[in-house]
Amino acid sequence: MKYEPVIGLEVHVQLKTRSKLFCACSTEFGAEGNRHTCPVCLGWPGSLPVVNEAALALAIRAGLALNCKVAERLKFDRKNYFYPDLPKAYQISQYDMPVNGKGELLIETKAPDGALVEKTIGITRAHLEEDAGKLLHEGIPDGSLVDYNRGGIPLLEIVSEPDLRSPQEAYDYLTALKAILQCIEISDCDMEKGSLRCDANVSVRPEGQEKFGTKAEIKNLNSFKMVAKAIQYEIDRQTELVESGEKVVQETRLWNDAKGVTFSMRSKEEAHDYRYFPEPDLVPFTLSKETVAAIRKTLPELPRERAKRFVRDFGISSYDAAVLVQEKGTAEFFEACVSAGAGAKAASKWVLNDLLAILNEKNSAIGDCLVKPDALAGLIRLTESQTINSTTAKAVLIDMAATGKSADAIVKEKGLAQVADTGLIERAVEKAMAANPASVADFRAGKQKALGALVGAVMKETQGKANPKMVNEILLKKLSS
Amino acid sequence: MEFQIDKVAELARLNLKPGEKSKLEKDLGAILDYAQKLNTLDTGSVEPTSHVLNLENVFRADEVKTSNAAEKALEHAPHRDGDFFKVPKIVQRD
Ligand SMILES: [Zn+2]
Repeated sequence: MKYEPVIGLEVHVQLKTRSKLFCACSTEFGAEGNRHTCPVCLGWPGSLPVVNEAALALAIRAGLALNCKVAERLKFDRKNYFYPDLPKAYQISQYDMPVNGKGELLIETKAPDGALVEKTIGITRAHLEEDAGKLLHEGIPDGSLVDYNRGGIPLLEIVSEPDLRSPQEAYDYLTALKAILQCIEISDCDMEKGSLRCDANVSVRPEGQEKFGTKAEIKNLNSFKMVAKAIQYEIDRQTELVESGEKVVQETRLWNDAKGVTFSMRSKEEAHDYRYFPEPDLVPFTLSKETVAAIRKTLPELPRERAKRFVRDFGISSYDAAVLVQEKGTAEFFEACVSAGAGAKAASKWVLNDLLAILNEKNSAIGDCLVKPDALAGLIRLTESQTINSTTAKAVLIDMAATGKSADAIVKEKGLAQVADTGLIERAVEKAMAANPASVADFRAGKQKALGALVGAVMKETQGKANPKMVNEILLKKLSS
Repeated sequence: MEFQIDKVAELARLNLKPGEKSKLEKDLGAILDYAQKLNTLDTGSVEPTSHVLNLENVFRADEVKTSNAAEKALEHAPHRDGDFFKVPKIVQRD
């Protein structure tokens, strides 16, 4: 029998506010332990939470970008559980009246045959809640340390419907979601700093069966790649269990990336009964149509619209457009490069193939890159005017990224301009032919491959600066005479 | 109304002695039965009340203020380690 996986994702993103959700403590990352705490977020008796207006506005903004039904009335609830990261022994969250109800996200995903297909993934809800503190275990043999700086930071929990059917789809959903949230500037979505976190609910069922199988919730997923890997592992594990007639246990499992496995938490803490009830310290909220409309007006062009415009206006492929819009900075860089006069196809190629590779290697963001869009346009101009060939251009770009100099300056400084002097190339060709009589004989005997060695010899002679097209022409002329 | 005293105690992290258990079970049962009277009312046309104050949309502006609460809290903590609160090791959760 064939089994089908059913996957739903819960994504927590930190909303980009200056202060916490219910108190005036700073949300700045990396402060000394417990520096950003106060009576409210430490849960002192008598302290009272007050909702941060900016956090609610950002949550609504996200809801609108995800086509959610924004609530007319909303309230906050207490989710009760005991854990040292929760000083009040409850988390203020939203239970039955979340700020954002049902929505959807259109994703582009790869079908098993490699074709790009569109799929709509339902959003169940996206609600506001406060973050918990952070427990530090490492290197402490006799306990754990608690830092409440993170406690009370505003989070938006975005819950997907169980509409995802493969690790690839989960990956593509997360990529699309992150692109939107970054584009509308509600969150940094930086997994390393914990401003985006993801849990996955995974189950399997016989193909064709409507009823869902028993699900496991997977936590401790620190990158989108890990999410995909853990889901695949879980699908295989559950399929094996079901095939051998065993039962899948409903539980929380943790991903161990070093071992590449999920394992059960087997914790008594899991006997959850959160006993939600309305937060008596916060009054309810009514959102007027005008408030929501005013926020809707400020929404920028979303990534999918932007990708469509790139294809329509610039004539680049949908695939390239989809990759360009994944990161807001990349899309903006590309557009600025085109505005600075570069051809769109060349700009897209240079950004996607070369610039991103350099940035990846340095692990740095496009915004911090020393190469600015107009500088890349300058480099592209030099290749189009054949002042430098593409191999030289790649080296120049690496130099540009390291020094921040313009392509022109580097080419002049290092004397890299391509040689288009016929006499000079002819002399280099003659020299190369004289030095490689065997290759010359091979070519004349019909071995086309021998040409490559001769071209290489000419390029070496001219320090890679000869115009390759001219080298080819002159070489062929001399060989056939 | 049905409830399990052991589960309620566990959720509230209370260690009840056998003698206390039956007494509390009786008391809590009486309280719940009393509250149960509310269920005899027809509330079909009443909007649920989540708050007794006739107030809504109370906000604060997104402004940062500092507080020295941490130092006081750490002073009173049963255990501290520098800037951190120290707690017994619990089940590894992350
Ligand atoms: Zn605070």
